Amino acid sequence: MNLLEKLDTAAAARKAQLPTGLSAFGIPIEEIYSPTEARIGERRILLLGTNNYLGLSFAPECREAAHEAIDTEGTGTTGSRMANGNYSGHRALEMEFAEFYQCRSCIVFTTGYQANLGTISGLIGAGDVALIDGDSHASIYDGCILSGADIIRFRHNDMVDLEKRLRRLGDRSKNTLIIAEGIYSMLGDQAPLAEIINLKKTYNSTLLLDEAHSLGVLGETGQGLAEKTKLSSEVDFITGTFSKSLCGIGGYCVSNHPQLDQLRYVSHPYIFTASPSPATIAATRAALRLVRNGSKLREQLWRNAQQLYSHLKMVGYQVGPEPGPVVATILDNPQQALALWNGLLENNIYVNLILPPAAPEGKSLVRCSVNAAHTTEQIKHVCQTFSMLHASIIQ
Amino acid sequence: MVEMSQEEILHLLCQRLASFTNTEVEITPETNLITQLAIDSIKLLNLIMELEDNFDISIPLNALTDVLTVRDLANLIYKIKSDSK
Ligand SMILES: Cc1ncc(COP(=O)(O)O)c(C=O)c1O
Repeated sequence: MNLLEKLDTAAAARKAQLPTGLSAFGIPIEEIYSPTEARIGERRILLLGTNNYLGLSFAPECREAAHEAIDTEGTGTTGSRMANGNYSGHRALEMEFAEFYQCRSCIVFTTGYQANLGTISGLIGAGDVALIDGDSHASIYDGCILSGADIIRFRHNDMVDLEKRLRRLGDRSKNTLIIAEGIYSMLGDQAPLAEIINLKKTYNSTLLLDEAHSLGVLGETGQGLAEKTKLSSEVDFITGTFSKSLCGIGGYCVSNHPQLDQLRYVSHPYIFTASPSPATIAATRAALRLVRNGSKLREQLWRNAQQLYSHLKMVGYQVGPEPGPVVATILDNPQQALALWNGLLENNIYVNLILPPAAPEGKSLVRCSVNAAHTTEQIKHVCQTFSMLHASIIQ
Repeated sequence: MVEMSQEEILHLLCQRLASFTNTEVEITPETNLITQLAIDSIKLLNLIMELEDNFDISIPLNALTDVLTVRDLANLIYKIKSDSK
């Protein structure tokens, strides 16, 4: 089979899985009206599948900052942080992140994906071990592959399993990077951070926590799970993204270890790519201030999350293990998931459809993400639609 | 832990694979895991977790790149078990 034929085979398998469902992926959004509404085709659709957790995508402060940066610094940096792309805004944002987390240093990357790639591949290498949660995001897997370290998975959030694997490593546990996420993007559940930290200390390992989905969402000032559990000082490295609650694009790693700065000299995903545009940096700096002071938004977000999660559970949908801004309904097969996804769209609600192999354990997911800008009426409409669809789809 | 020979590991692995894949195909050391037993990437990850428990070892995902047949997998398990002694 040549290279192109291999792609044809993969395309045929995809079509066989979902004969009518191809439009579910990469659906065209024609116009975006607000953090909660857009036009798809000719219809006004309620957006319930974005990562815009605090609803800040149209925040005037961020838009103004971005406009001003374009006018004063131009549209792009045209170079790497290591060369001509290291503007004062990039350095200021790093200092603001370090101060926010009360950490010694921060490195800003061009995306969150690259933050994981660059941090992981800079920290571990051949002969070391990456011990990662089985439900880890692809950027974590890819960072581990890039590193050349041995990659070992532990069962999702299973601390007995994690300990077993640490024990088996013997002496190698001190060269092991344990990787977990604040909130897991598939089922919306949180990592048992206190237990992970106990194990990491017992076995002298190092811990990286990806707060991509928990930044802005958990903790008094929105730092994430580490702040919520008051364990920030025990986590070695925290990575995250600008692309969710901060409504920008970019990523970061913060740490108290002075060695973090060395990554700037060894990490290809940091060096061999252009730095974020001035507008992105300026908008993100403004958004970070809003996130820090966003406790009212967090309260609204959690009210919405609770309302949707408890409703779906009550109606009889199988949902993730705990409430949170990511509310996943778990379906037995792709056809059921597609029917539910279509039914919601027909009722003007956009959610995410996740099919095997992207969904854990061969399940299919219809995943909702609520945000702080959703009104109580919008969430009510979503709840009613899910109730209406339950009988025809689940039975 | 009782020491196991390469042949014993191979035998046990064939048994585990038979129950894991629930297949009519006769499993021999030369059986190809992907083409003959239809073990896709997700099934492989689950199978690895099961085998790790069975043999009390950790099998790094990157070590699987060279594994095609049942015998390759048995050899890998044997090597990891002997290295961890
Ligand atoms: C857990 C996790 N880490 C990292 C990323 C990558 O973030 P970005 O969109 O900034 O590349 C994502 C986003 O999809 C994610 O869910």
